[in-house]
Amino acid sequence: MTEVDQAAPARPRVKAAGPGGWLGRLGEVRHLGLVAALVLLAIVGLVTRPENFATASNLVSILALASTIGVITVGMTFVIIGGGIDLSVGALMALASVWATTLATQSYGPVVIIVCAVLVGTGAGLLNGILIAYGRMVPFIATLAMMVAGRGLAQRMSDQRTQLVQQDNSMIVSLSTTRVLGLPLLVYVFALVVLLGWLLLNRTTFGRRTYAVGGNPEAARLAGIDVRRHTLMLYALSGLCCGIAAVLIMARTTTGSSTHGDLYELDAIAAVIIGGTLLSGGRGTIIGAILGLLIFTVITNLFILNGLNTADQLIAKGAIIVAAVLLQRRTLKTPT
Amino acid sequence: MPRPPSDSSSLLVMRHIVKQFPGVRALDGVDLEVRAGEVHCLLGQNGAGKSTLIKILSGAHEPDEGEVLLGGAPVRLAPPTAAMGHGIATIYQELDLVDGLSVTENIFLGHEPATFGFSRRAEADRATAALLKRLGHGEIRPRAEVGSLSPAHKQIVSMARALSHSARLIIMDEPSAALDHDEVGNLFRVIRDLTSQGVAVIYISHRLEEIREIGDRVTVLKDGRTVAVGLAAKDTPTSRIVALMTGRDVEYAFPPRPARGAHEGRPEVLRVENLTLPGRFADVSFTIRAGEIVGLAGLVGSGRSEIIEAIYGARRPGGRVVLDGRTVRPGSTTRAVRMGMGLAPEERKTQALLLDHSVAHNITLASLSRYTRPRWLGRLDRRAESAEAERLSRALDIRPPDPRRPIRTLSGGNQQKAVLGRWLAEDRKLLLLDEPTRGVDVGARTELYALVRRLADDGIGVLLVSSEVPEVLGLADRVLVIREGRIVHEAPAGDLDEHRVLDLVMVSTAENPSLEGARHD
Repeated sequence: MTEVDQAAPARPRVKAAGPGGWLGRLGEVRHLGLVAALVLLAIVGLVTRPENFATASNLVSILALASTIGVITVGMTFVIIGGGIDLSVGALMALASVWATTLATQSYGPVVIIVCAVLVGTGAGLLNGILIAYGRMVPFIATLAMMVAGRGLAQRMSDQRTQLVQQDNSMIVSLSTTRVLGLPLLVYVFALVVLLGWLLLNRTTFGRRTYAVGGNPEAARLAGIDVRRHTLMLYALSGLCCGIAAVLIMARTTTGSSTHGDLYELDAIAAVIIGGTLLSGGRGTIIGAILGLLIFTVITNLFILNGLNTADQLIAKGAIIVAAVLLQRRTLKTPT
Repeated sequence: MPRPPSDSSSLLVMRHIVKQFPGVRALDGVDLEVRAGEVHCLLGQNGAGKSTLIKILSGAHEPDEGEVLLGGAPVRLAPPTAAMGHGIATIYQELDLVDGLSVTENIFLGHEPATFGFSRRAEADRATAALLKRLGHGEIRPRAEVGSLSPAHKQIVSMARALSHSARLIIMDEPSAALDHDEVGNLFRVIRDLTSQGVAVIYISHRLEEIREIGDRVTVLKDGRTVAVGLAAKDTPTSRIVALMTGRDVEYAFPPRPARGAHEGRPEVLRVENLTLPGRFADVSFTIRAGEIVGLAGLVGSGRSEIIEAIYGARRPGGRVVLDGRTVRPGSTTRAVRMGMGLAPEERKTQALLLDHSVAHNITLASLSRYTRPRWLGRLDRRAESAEAERLSRALDIRPPDPRRPIRTLSGGNQQKAVLGRWLAEDRKLLLLDEPTRGVDVGARTELYALVRRLADDGIGVLLVSSEVPEVLGLADRVLVIREGRIVHEAPAGDLDEHRVLDLVMVSTAENPSLEGARHD
């Protein structure tokens, strides 16, 4: 927990770091391309909707929208760098939101709601990890099963009804309504998760081992790394992120529902891929994944602002995934 | 230096081939002349340009300068299909077969006999059977899945594939690397059959003794140039060849061994008692003392790699492994490492290295928790980490001396040094070395030998497995000879010579009935 306490004041320091640190990483070609794409999208927004796009309320809504999937994307980045995949994230978020908003849970107050959501997410992630690491199931299959079953359990628990967060527990909702420096609290939660995720991936043995396990599991095992335990922890981490995301979606929508997070797994995977992470594992960055996610979110926003069809939006997203991967293949070839 | 003649007997002539990559001139004027029906050996250290030359021959790269004549006529070999069309087939070190397909499907991959898109399977199977028979391996079934074949049989399938393209020139890149002694003999028989039918073979190997046995002539490359053409493979002195390859007169040098009995009285680092894994090895017992190098000599498949894996915790054998007085519970490499073992595995690239990562990250991989501050949080102190990588890189003389370079850009010998370095960041009691010099050139080998001896002198026990008997005899203090999963002989290395070891390793069970039991328990 001290980690959390230290992290908040640490944030401006990281941002202020010189070209060798955080900003230096942005200077990498891959990220530069993503930033350029974001800037391009912003210009499109400014040109097509000069009166709406650059307003504070619109930017806040973009960030709020990105927060939920963003938290999930952080977990997904770990899993994919570690050589796996997690299809169950959307379903786990829904399950956690339903479990945390049952009347029984709600009667214990907001803290228990949050703890419940986080525990449900982490527990289901652990189950994923056990199946994959110790049951030797293929990640795709194990998390596919969890995706289907998790969604089903959420429907059964909620009787397919949307469960409201009650008045007594409005503290949850305040995450979305209370603003600090103009931004809702849930954006800070998102930023905190990204920061902690970045530190975990880039500054700890856990992160380094994640790259090793994803890049060459056999070498990692023979170097004495407990690959199975590490894999288990990666899926638990992804589940934890789903639990946190569930709290955020409850705050934003004031509900728990089995329909929350539909197709989030695809958005999260797409964001990670656009961000330059190899689906085969061993390579990738959190910053890239978040930039990929922001690109997606801004596109959604632009289409809504311009009153365009959601169908066209899906087509545009598909094209962006293809373009991003093609561009990365070119940048990957040049070094080494 | 004689220019290669291009008389009518030359099947292939390459003149002054130059290939430039960004920042490096990989080939800087290579000449090569190969005659029909000969085994032409290509020698050179890692980085001499052999791989680039092969890639040009197989059509994967196009030369920047120079000409290639095939049967007297200038040809263009790129793209690879063109090279194939000209009858040039390449068998790569890492066999490029598809494990999930059958033998026939692999052989005819890309040129299946077909009518309107329906493959004529029976015909392909018959053709496959004929090819395999021609190679003397009629026992391989055309419908068998390639993944289920032994490495030797896979190699035969690769050769059959080359023949199915009616190859006139077959390039073999380290074909014997994955084969044991018997299988190499068989490979040579096949090669002789092929050459007697007029096929030319370009043979690449680090093993000089093989080149003497199978080769007709030798071309030596150094730093992207041809330094000698058409040497007689049988009777050019080794010292001359090594001198050409390295540019200096070095002998295959092993570091001096401590006096016999020097290790007696030193603590036992490893004690193995009655280690048994049914079907693999049985009743293996031996000890290693601090500072001692013990060699395991035996054929591939004799159980030596499995024994190493069992000691390292990757398998669950019966019996007992005691490291420094403590019993090692089987089944976890993590535990073995924590207790003080280290392994340099057989397949460096697939089992040891993170190829995308820097030399430094590869070195510190096994000792990451040493650089954490605070430990419970697992935060990496990157300054401490890179300082340690820097120190080890310098101590091991890893070249180029920049630990931030991606490890894939290093030569095999330097990569292997990094793998050893991985285990030196922390106190190791026992190092297990499985084929430590595979794919390492002659010059770097000498350095690795000296390094291993130095580690032993520091008090580490070393268990060495190698297919190359001279290496085991030259480096180890004591040698255990393994045959069919049992230790059949144990002696100080000085009391053995290559012939004696080969005799022990290869004597058939029929001649020695006392061993019959080993196969049935």
